[in-house]
Amino acid sequence: MSTVNPPVVFTQDELGWVSWIDPLPEVELTERHYAGLVDRARAKSDYFRLLVRDPEVLEARTKTDKDIFYNVADGLPRAERELAAAATSRHNGCIYCASVHARFASTYSKRREDVQRLLDEGVGADLGEPWNAVVKASVALAATPIAFGHDNIAELRRAGLDDAEIVDVINGASFFNWANRLMLSLGEPSK
Amino acid sequence: MPTEDIIDTLAGIEPGSALDVVRARRLQARENAQKSYLALFEPIDASDFSLAERAAVAAFVTGLHGESPVAAFYREKLAANAEAARLAEAIDAEIARGRTSGPYGAFPAGPLSIENKAGLIYRVSSERKAALGPRLVAALEHAHLLVFRPRDAASADMKALLAAGWSATGIVTFSQLVAFLSFQLRVVSGLRTLAAASA
Repeated sequence: MSTVNPPVVFTQDELGWVSWIDPLPEVELTERHYAGLVDRARAKSDYFRLLVRDPEVLEARTKTDKDIFYNVADGLPRAERELAAAATSRHNGCIYCASVHARFASTYSKRREDVQRLLDEGVGADLGEPWNAVVKASVALAATPIAFGHDNIAELRRAGLDDAEIVDVINGASFFNWANRLMLSLGEPSK
Repeated sequence: MPTEDIIDTLAGIEPGSALDVVRARRLQARENAQKSYLALFEPIDASDFSLAERAAVAAFVTGLHGESPVAAFYREKLAANAEAARLAEAIDAEIARGRTSGPYGAFPAGPLSIENKAGLIYRVSSERKAALGPRLVAALEHAHLLVFRPRDAASADMKALLAAGWSATGIVTFSQLVAFLSFQLRVVSGLRTLAAASA
């Protein structure tokens, strides 16, 4: 295993990720595995060659992920979906996930400094509306037991979100409770 | 006949309702959340993680989140599994011992250390270890970690699973199952809350 140099702060820099258990070797991939990877280029990634040990779950997870975040035909703008992902990751403590989705949030919102304040100060940073309402809803959903309630819905509505946009927040934040646990379970980030 | 959508069922979303229409706008996500559920609970290959083990872990993980329609669903699923039903009492007792509030845990030593939050480091009670067996004991301990203190996960936790007889493939599916349930519970809770707020 290569030497790991774990980041000790949340960052928007590009990080690597090192698996604690063995990914499948590329030469062992069959058509069943490629179907699970969805995107064949992912065969080059250790993370995806690890997850492809269960190809059916990986395929369904990937397609769930892509629709929740990339389907912007209607509903919440991509920037706010990425904000929900970054805030969830910041709160749960997934430094790798937070780095990727903080970068996306910055790219789509053009508010890099505000995103950096979320990473530096944590989920209590005052980012204005509607971002505060999105971050608060994400934090309430990340709690166990789940703390998301009517107050969160009321705040999101006051911040201007309609019900379809609120469902995008619920989907995006909930999905990162999946993504964070998967990445944190199986490996660690490295600078 | 398509299988009933499990999230719609657990969230009480009726065909033609306002939330049914909203969910239909993310059809690929809806269909693949369902496929994820089926891939985890009706897999084509359960040789690395048995259906009985899946039922036990799912009842434990959803029960740790408190009472809910999702927890009730997976408790029934455990009771319906011929091989695992005998574990229902032990799982219930371990849920009671494991319930707490998360997320907590430690960050890598450095500026984030001031955010470290201590909490329960759950271990299966010694009196139930024999009934559960070493694979499930290790699985419940790791599942508790992922539910409440995911940032504490370390390579040593993988070694504990491997030492208890889990294969690398089994660990991947097991991690997916715990992580997927964390998603499913939240989508259901969020949609239920939204439906109630719109009533």
